[in-house]
Amino acid sequence: MYHFSRKHELYSMQWADKVDLSKFIIAAAPYGGPIALMRDDSKLQKSQITTKPIIYVFNAVGAEISAIRWNSGRVLKLAWSNCEDLLCIQNDGSVLVYDIFGSFKRTFSLGQEAKDVKIVECQVFSSSQGTGIAVLTSSYRFFVINNVEDPRIRRLAEVPGLNKPPSCWTMINQDRQSRALVARDNEIYLLDHGGQCEQQFPRVSGEVVAYVEMAASFNTRHIALFTSNGLLWIGSADLQKVYCEFNTKSPTRPQQLVWCGTGAVVGYWKNILLMVGLDKDWVKYSYDTPIHMVAEVDGLRIIGHESQEFLQKVPKVVEDICKIGSMAPGAMLFEASRLFQNGSQQADEYIHMIREKLNYAVEQCIEAAGREWEPNVQKQMLKAASFGKCFLTDYRPEVFYNMCQMLRVLNAVRDYKVSIPLTYMQLQNLTLDVLIDRLVVRRQYCLAIRICNYLRMPEAEGASRILAHWACYKVQQTNIEDEQIARAISQKLGDTPGVSYSEIANRAIECGRTELAIRLLDYEAKAAEQVPLLMKMKRDQLALTKAIESGDTDLVYTVLLHLQDTMPHGEFLMAIRNMDAAHSLYIQYCRDTNKNILQDIHYQEDNFFDGANCKVIDSYEEETMEARFGCLTSAQENFTKGKYEWAAKQTEEQIKLLRYQRRLEEEFSRAYLDLSLHETMRKLIAEGNTKVVEQMRKEFKVPDRRFWWLKVIAFSESGDFIELEKFSKSKKSPIGYEPFVEECMKQGNQTEAQKYLTRVSPEHRVQCYVRVGHLDQAAEIAFQQQSEDDLNYILSKCTNTNRGLIEKIQGMKSQMTSK
Amino acid sequence: MAGTFSGVELPEILVLRQLARDQLIFLYSQMTGRKDLVLDTQLMRPLDRLAGAALLKEHGVDKIFKLEPGKSLAGCDQRIFIIRPQMQSVKMIADQINADRSSNIKRAYRILMAPRKIHACDLILEQEGVYGYVTTEEFQWDLIPLDKDILSLELPEFLPAFFLENDQTWVHTVARSLVTVQQVFGRIPNVYGVGKCAQMVEHMAELMFSHVGEPQQVNSEIGSLVLVDRSVDYVTPLLSQVTYEGLLDDMFRISCGYIEFPPAVSGKDTPTKMILTCSDSVYEEIRNRHFSGVFSFLSGKAKELQSGYDKRHDLKSVRDMKNFVSNDLRGLKSQHKSLTLHVGACEFITNQKTKSDFDQQLQAEHSLLEGTELKENISYLEEIINRQLNSTTCLRLLTLMSLTQGGLPAQVYKSLQTQYMHSFGFEHMLTFHNLRKLGMLTEVEQSQASRNLGKMAAVANVNLPKSGQFRNLCKKLHLVPKSADDINLRNPNDMSYVYSGAYTPLVCKLVEQILSKEGFTGLEDIMRQIPSPHFAKHRAQSARGGKHTSAAPSPGSRIVMVYFLGGCSHSEITALRFLGKQRGQPVNISFNQSLNTYFSSRI
Repeated sequence: MYHFSRKHELYSMQWADKVDLSKFIIAAAPYGGPIALMRDDSKLQKSQITTKPIIYVFNAVGAEISAIRWNSGRVLKLAWSNCEDLLCIQNDGSVLVYDIFGSFKRTFSLGQEAKDVKIVECQVFSSSQGTGIAVLTSSYRFFVINNVEDPRIRRLAEVPGLNKPPSCWTMINQDRQSRALVARDNEIYLLDHGGQCEQQFPRVSGEVVAYVEMAASFNTRHIALFTSNGLLWIGSADLQKVYCEFNTKSPTRPQQLVWCGTGAVVGYWKNILLMVGLDKDWVKYSYDTPIHMVAEVDGLRIIGHESQEFLQKVPKVVEDICKIGSMAPGAMLFEASRLFQNGSQQADEYIHMIREKLNYAVEQCIEAAGREWEPNVQKQMLKAASFGKCFLTDYRPEVFYNMCQMLRVLNAVRDYKVSIPLTYMQLQNLTLDVLIDRLVVRRQYCLAIRICNYLRMPEAEGASRILAHWACYKVQQTNIEDEQIARAISQKLGDTPGVSYSEIANRAIECGRTELAIRLLDYEAKAAEQVPLLMKMKRDQLALTKAIESGDTDLVYTVLLHLQDTMPHGEFLMAIRNMDAAHSLYIQYCRDTNKNILQDIHYQEDNFFDGANCKVIDSYEEETMEARFGCLTSAQENFTKGKYEWAAKQTEEQIKLLRYQRRLEEEFSRAYLDLSLHETMRKLIAEGNTKVVEQMRKEFKVPDRRFWWLKVIAFSESGDFIELEKFSKSKKSPIGYEPFVEECMKQGNQTEAQKYLTRVSPEHRVQCYVRVGHLDQAAEIAFQQQSEDDLNYILSKCTNTNRGLIEKIQGMKSQMTSK
Repeated sequence: MAGTFSGVELPEILVLRQLARDQLIFLYSQMTGRKDLVLDTQLMRPLDRLAGAALLKEHGVDKIFKLEPGKSLAGCDQRIFIIRPQMQSVKMIADQINADRSSNIKRAYRILMAPRKIHACDLILEQEGVYGYVTTEEFQWDLIPLDKDILSLELPEFLPAFFLENDQTWVHTVARSLVTVQQVFGRIPNVYGVGKCAQMVEHMAELMFSHVGEPQQVNSEIGSLVLVDRSVDYVTPLLSQVTYEGLLDDMFRISCGYIEFPPAVSGKDTPTKMILTCSDSVYEEIRNRHFSGVFSFLSGKAKELQSGYDKRHDLKSVRDMKNFVSNDLRGLKSQHKSLTLHVGACEFITNQKTKSDFDQQLQAEHSLLEGTELKENISYLEEIINRQLNSTTCLRLLTLMSLTQGGLPAQVYKSLQTQYMHSFGFEHMLTFHNLRKLGMLTEVEQSQASRNLGKMAAVANVNLPKSGQFRNLCKKLHLVPKSADDINLRNPNDMSYVYSGAYTPLVCKLVEQILSKEGFTGLEDIMRQIPSPHFAKHRAQSARGGKHTSAAPSPGSRIVMVYFLGGCSHSEITALRFLGKQRGQPVNISFNQSLNTYFSSRI
């Protein structure tokens, strides 16, 4: 039953009677993708073109997914990109992109020249960067873009002397570059971006009048040429290697020439399908209704009225196992397994025969299972593998396990409800991630999540990504209540890691569902994502609250400053006054940038204390004296209003002091401003301005003690010891006389210091004598006062030089203790 | 060079420096070719610790300037600014750019904001019309290792910003630094916190983890973390320090681990800059000592060195000689150099102490701590105010008095402030205002004014101290030992030795209690006296590690990290080091900035 090629039905088409393929432009995506149909106007008579055409999108089983009423320009070609976006290429070079549900995504142009002179031919190909488009303009120049996601137009080199459309052309990938292979009758040229145009010389036996059709294989490594006299030439893409030449004896060119995997080329003439293998082996099928062929990586899909079929060269491993009389280990194991199930002991014999190669046999059976479409056959193969596994002791089960998993996934997506007829090899090529993406694009969220969970994919890249897509889709369903959607989404998504609620909310905003977006944003954990969106929706208050909750002051600033610019000032201040964190931040900001606003705030809040303090700060920054007085006066008023009498009085005194200082500066032309009261007076004393000092003393009610200190320090610092002495005799010192001693000593004036020693009160006398250096006398006094502590203190000050004194003090101490 | 500490290794915190350095280099190298560097003056020291000039030169840095107002700088056509995200600095840059443009100089500018980029700064650049000419970038800078056991954010803005202005900008930075630490050293299983800021930091760090995911590292190298708000204890940093390190700081300012000795100490013409870390063996021995024991140690060391030098007389052979010169001599020389400096510093300190009646000051502090002799202290305070001794010393004593008494009687409060302002100037009106907001200088009487203040304080995250609160704490935690004479200053037997046996820093005592009780249970009585919230969180140790759950806890679990939010003083560091030694539990200390007793003046 198995030949070199096999063909089996994938689905029977649901469109059966509704669609006449001959009247449509057809575009079917590889990897079991959707099919787009559009009425082919060129096949109708002019008079019939009255209504706007409709583009239908079907899934692989022929169920309609969507329909687009076309009201743009003339569509030259329909095609699918590698993300399963429908590309509608118009003859004016504009490309309109739709998703499979018929919603418009975007548009781009293929350049000015294409627009000006129109496109006559167009091919969509898979480049190294994605899906590319190549067009031929009516001026016979080629333009190419390599990636529809990032359309950058490049012009290919020109074919010399091309003054009519080339007889055929195709795009190939070479060295990660897209190049065009163009035939002008019997000459073939290779064109690239760099302006190179090289003529190619394929080794074709016999004479060629013209190449009329060419096809590149799925991976563009191989190429097939069809000549006007019916010769099919198959070889490598660089045209250097010939795989085979086959004479079809057909004078007409095929309607479609397509590679079937890499092992065969299939041509379709009306009603006849001819498959030619690389070894010149050929098979012919006949069809009585029109069909369309889609190249896949390992075969060919044939889309017809009634059914969709898959044609492929029988994979080597399947052939090994299933060929009648095959002696391959896999075949023996398969047979053994069959016999075992039938209860025949012959099974044992078969196993014995392949004892040494059992490992290989198991692998063959597993691989073959992957190549089968029917679950029954898959099961038998796997059973055989499993059976063989039992005889192996150190077999690693991963390969078997993985194959079982993959087949489950494949069978699930092949189900007609999902209708992605993928083969195992196609899935390997496509990768699982992309398959999941495609399920998401088809809104098969449930299946996608189940697959992710079944395969134990990490949540962040698997389930939660799908859920996010699902949620985005969900918010677009405008017929459902906000509340219901928000609840549904939060229930499903929960705290799934990696789900960005803000993305979903953003989608909701795009759909104009602000309320829903706000609800959704509530679930967003990252404030940095939440806040800008809320601001975008003009929910500034909410944004501010969220920003504050997050504790990220930068966010708070962002909202605050935005609010400040957009709201009336008074309202703004009222809005933030109850938000502590924001309020203090704003005050900070104002302090650095705009003091007036700060004053306003304090005024509004009746915060006289802070207001006054601000004024005090200002008073130090103002240039003119008048302004400074102004600031201080208003500070004083504020203090009074807030009932801070003490502070008000202090301020008043400061004003008075400043006035004094200004007057003094004018009078003596020396600097007094901003000295403290004490410093001012000290300076005046040292300068001998006794009168002013007395005046100030009265004015500012400086107490006696302080005044004395001031004078003592001032006189001794200025070295005016005569005045100091005079002053000491003026009346009895309220601070005693030790300051006199101390200050004189600070100036290093021992003689002067001595003058006051006798007047120092008895309890401080010892220290003062020590300070002046009269240790002997100090000891005497201490002895008189019977103070052992003092004696010890003096001892501690003694150095080796005054040994006599030490002995003397020791003597005194012993005397005291003996008493 | 992680030091061993009672057999348990401290985590290799220098890794953090490498991280920051790599980032810096990456940011530099994004601008190819020659470039000039303009630095915020505040950032010069910390950057020095991160990456020396040589490293910068390697990466194409041509000249290094300070960022100063109104000065146009020469230099090449590419320029990188590194600044704090402060509006003044940004304005300064904008002015420079505008000046360049008006004189037709074309340059490429790049602004790196450390430790984070702030939107408002971009806005200012926009307002000034230079946004198009610059690129701004964040230079995320986390804790900088200053020593084997000290980490610092070098963020002096934190204390005034958070506790005074209720500006929570830096909470983010602190939280992020915690995230980084845990990404490198693994999640810290036990977290304790005292204070509102601590709570916010913890919360935000958790939030960040939920965004970035749990760190890969499963073993935690740090066992516990204690987060403490500075506002819990303002008393300690107000006291005069008496350990060697503390005195150096009080006297010369240690900034970012650097100290600058004036010519009087070094005996040279120019100030001598020196780095103070454990790599200086002489310093390592004396840093934690009470000052009274430093001099004798130094003289012993000097003799030891002498005998080391004297070895040269006994050299028998050429080989001995070679050995001596190549091995011993270098070590001796460097030790000699550092010894000279430290002896000089000691002399300087002793002189200063006698000059500024240090003893009397200490006595006043101690009696304030004990709560005795209030009247004497008030008149002492008046005297030094009138004598205009030193504005910060006066202010220190004033606030200390208020804090220990739980506020001053209205009469005293006003009269002392008036005298202070007369003596040192009216601008201290603002100082007092700020101190009041922080709750450091308050009046007892419930007048209208103080009720308003209460409102204000609530805004500023401060809980006004209640009267007697400090006293109660002292009693409950035995902060003030009954007799200072029991404390051995030379061979310390109690943490309080760092204040001559007069006081144990509150935070250190709290840490001790929290660690020994593994939480706050049993401390309710004490916590009631601290008007800030507190929390304890325990994370199941390496639950994901699976196999190890039953095994002995990882070696790091004994390591404790104490994070001061708002800075800490050197005495506290010393006390914690002592605590670590006592408990055999190495302590890592991190803080926003190093505080010393000058800090009240900076407000």
